[in-house]
Amino acid sequence: MSAIPTLIGYALREAVRRKVFVVVVLLTILFLALYWLGATKAFEEARSFSGATDSGVDVETLTGATLFGLSMFATLFLGTVLGVFLTLGSVRGDAERGLLQPLVVRPVGRVAFLVARFLGAAAVSGLYAIAVFAGALAITVAAGPWRPDSVVAPALELAAGVGIVTAISLLGSVFLSATANGIAIFMVFGAGLVSGLLGQIGEALDSPTLVSVARATSWLLPFEALYQDGLHRITEDTRGFTEIALQLGPFGGAQAGGSSLLAWSLAYLALVLGIAALAFGRSDL
Amino acid sequence: MPTGLGGAVHTLGRVAAAALAVRALEKRYGRIQALRGIDLEVGEGELVGLLGPNGAGKSTLVKIACGLIRPSGGSATILDRPAGSPAARAALGYLAELFRFPGWYSADEVLSLHQKLAGSSGGEGERAELLELVGLGDARARRVEAMSKGMQQRLGLAQALVGSPRLLLLDEPTSALDPVGRRIVRRLLEELRGRGIGVLLNSHLLSEVERVCDRVVIIQRGEVVAAGRPEELSRPRGVEIELAGGVRSFPDASREDAPALVARLVGEGERVYGVRALAATLEDVYLQAVEGDTS
Ligand SMILES: Nc1ncnc2c1ncn2[C@@H]1O[C@H](COP(=O)(O)OP(=O)(O)OP(=O)(O)O)[C@@H](O)[C@H]1O
Ligand SMILES: [Mg+2]
Repeated sequence: MSAIPTLIGYALREAVRRKVFVVVVLLTILFLALYWLGATKAFEEARSFSGATDSGVDVETLTGATLFGLSMFATLFLGTVLGVFLTLGSVRGDAERGLLQPLVVRPVGRVAFLVARFLGAAAVSGLYAIAVFAGALAITVAAGPWRPDSVVAPALELAAGVGIVTAISLLGSVFLSATANGIAIFMVFGAGLVSGLLGQIGEALDSPTLVSVARATSWLLPFEALYQDGLHRITEDTRGFTEIALQLGPFGGAQAGGSSLLAWSLAYLALVLGIAALAFGRSDL
Repeated sequence: MPTGLGGAVHTLGRVAAAALAVRALEKRYGRIQALRGIDLEVGEGELVGLLGPNGAGKSTLVKIACGLIRPSGGSATILDRPAGSPAARAALGYLAELFRFPGWYSADEVLSLHQKLAGSSGGEGERAELLELVGLGDARARRVEAMSKGMQQRLGLAQALVGSPRLLLLDEPTSALDPVGRRIVRRLLEELRGRGIGVLLNSHLLSEVERVCDRVVIIQRGEVVAAGRPEELSRPRGVEIELAGGVRSFPDASREDAPALVARLVGEGERVYGVRALAATLEDVYLQAVEGDTS
């Protein structure tokens, strides 16, 4: 296991060399600039609007929470892009290119190799997600009076969600070549998001079927449940008409994950990595 | 001292494990039977050439020996440790048929990475020595992406030697090398034999194999079709005698018959300008063994 730091270094060096890194940094700057523009304008308009309304809905809270919810979605997405691209070719892809064989023939063990790949990619993409979250938070705070009810837990939940998608991508890389794996992982990611939206629609329409479908999917793909729980936490203390108004939007009032979410996420991660290690250990290279 | 014939090598009553011992090895890829019960042994300090047409199963055998793929039957051991176990992998160096190092690593960094993974404490000195050994002494700072194919293959060879392995598995190590590079490798292999390192060499370059290998194993469709020392395999093919009127050949004669033949011809009044005892080359033996099969 002492080879793990060496292998993490190898993976990170590869990550920095890939163009993905530059693309992600540029995308992030673009996103934060757009977010800043949007947030400033939205709060300006909310201010002029709030004097004229008497519905009991706090327009500034509604604006802030919705904007910040949007930024959390973007953070999850960008973090996922990074985590997936760092891992999508780790096994089959690198084996097809002949990069993997010289490494795994060394007496380090395939499990150590996988663990190192995961730790390297999850650390980079998780920290990145936290950084983007912090950037968006700073912009939101500067643009208007609204403050999220909780910040640390949602940030960690987003990072954990990114880590889970990264692990799924590593598992996929044991079976699929890089391109096929990339397509598969983004379809899984999309399925998770769609099920989250379905759940919200289900709650708005009071449809127990939709809600239970969404709940089952979020157990199957806990990155979605973590994201929903993070969304829930940023407005967890908001009550009254504002809470109802938030629930109608795509980024507000999402379902709380409950206390078992953390345990399940850890178990899920262990399961995914365990299956990946088992399959990698048995595969011909 | 090393003999590769039969089981283990006996040294002063002690039984030394073979560098590589393969018994009844089988491998199926779905419906394709790549290996059908191969027996093969490489003693310490022994250089064994593994020959065979494309698709014969040479790379499959080597990959099983280094733990990259799992056999469907039979066994492979390296110094008595099962192939694929950490102890077995710690004892071997491997150069794959198709391999690549990350383009942005320098030659020195590739070796440094492999030193760490192999747990070698050779440091800077080992790296410099290995690069010198494969003729890359001037290219230690050169990035892999700026190297020619042959230079990368030399680097691959240096990588296989990191950590002083007891067994080298080389899958077509000279396929991209120029004649000078091939000579470097030939000398390197001879030196390694002197240090007691066992080498299994896959190659299509029969003349190379004939020059350096102690023993040759020819496989075809996953089975051994011929094995032995190169000189055992190459049978006599007659004697040619150059006379004033041209070359006359005696296909049934052997080297031992040459003096008598010359005496007889001289007695008959012929003038003899040259005598050559012919032996089948490894290429002849190979072609006969695989019967023109190249599928
Ligand atoms: N991953 C694989 N899946 C299915 N069949 C395979 C696989 N790898 C090799 N084979 C088959 O196994 C047989 C042996 O292949 P192998 O690569 O060992 O041959 P080889 O002797 O090294 O040939 P060459 O001289 O061309 O390198 C071939 O029939 C090949 O098609
Ligand atoms: Mg081959």
